[in-house]
Amino acid sequence: MNIYDELKHNLADETLCAVATIVSGAANLGAKVLVYPDGRVRGDLGNASLNAEVMRDAQRLMQVEKSVNRVYGDAEIFIEVFAPKPKLIIFGGVHTAIPLTQFAQALGFRVTIVDGRGRFATRERFPSADEIIVAWPDEAIAQIKIDASTYVAILTHDPKFDIPALKALSATHPRYIGSMGSRETRKQHFAELRAAGVTDEFLATVHGPIGLDIGARTPEEMALAIIAEIVAVRYGRSGSFLSERSE
Amino acid sequence: MRDLISTIDAGRARGDGVALATVVKTGGSTPRPLGAKMIVNSRGEFAGSVSGGCVEGAVIDEGRQVLKTGKPKLLKYGIADETAWDVGLSCGGMIEVFVEQIQ
Repeated sequence: MNIYDELKHNLADETLCAVATIVSGAANLGAKVLVYPDGRVRGDLGNASLNAEVMRDAQRLMQVEKSVNRVYGDAEIFIEVFAPKPKLIIFGGVHTAIPLTQFAQALGFRVTIVDGRGRFATRERFPSADEIIVAWPDEAIAQIKIDASTYVAILTHDPKFDIPALKALSATHPRYIGSMGSRETRKQHFAELRAAGVTDEFLATVHGPIGLDIGARTPEEMALAIIAEIVAVRYGRSGSFLSERSE
Repeated sequence: MRDLISTIDAGRARGDGVALATVVKTGGSTPRPLGAKMIVNSRGEFAGSVSGGCVEGAVIDEGRQVLKTGKPKLLKYGIADETAWDVGLSCGGMIEVFVEQIQ
């Protein structure tokens, strides 16, 4: 399979990848490599050390879904990231999940609602959701593809659901996990998870209390704080005031 | 890219060469972002865009040339140096467009 065909396949399959092309300078004008987040490389830019250097840069760029033009020695290389449609998995069909579903869909996310309680996860409450799963968190996680373009918001606010959800997620690699709850709740949940063998390394990646600090009070405002945090993580930004940036 | 796949494949199925033009560098204010794409076949038919319509005509000619020679080419458009570029961007920015034949 050549690089164009493999890229086409990845686009159809919603697989994150990057294509790096020599656009100027070096001998191999037009030479390409296709890079995956796990470091797999197809194709050849003409020498092994250049392939390795571009592969490492492409891996970093895939994390923030950013394409760049960069010069390596005498070669100008365009690294283009092809990101799949982002997916948001919401645990807890609670009030905040309703505006969060709407905001996320307006921003191009595919939204899945998961709740073990059939009365919360209904089509009436979430008419536009792409998928509704009534199941316990660990059962649901077993049937969902969780990858580097998956974002997870845990809104259940109940240790019966939150703790199994975080435990099951600790074996996966989503781009973002946010969990609703105060610092005190977080401390208690984390202590239980550590006792169950979940690593500190994983727990440190969980955003909690969830959301940007915008003073959210209503469910709609909380949904806004959460989706804004997700967009900031997606593009590798801090979520602070643009007016306070130096450049 | 997603929106051009079916046109690319239809062209290739007919046996047409298809050239892909991609914005690979931008400077200043530009109408289309890095990665914007258009395709051109050997008959000069095209789809997609690399600017707000300012340089597409020139890119079509270059695309047909690339299909003839099989050699990729980097094109630069801007208004900074009018002697170097016969087509320019009205917004004052600059773009580099890489044109290659899809293998």
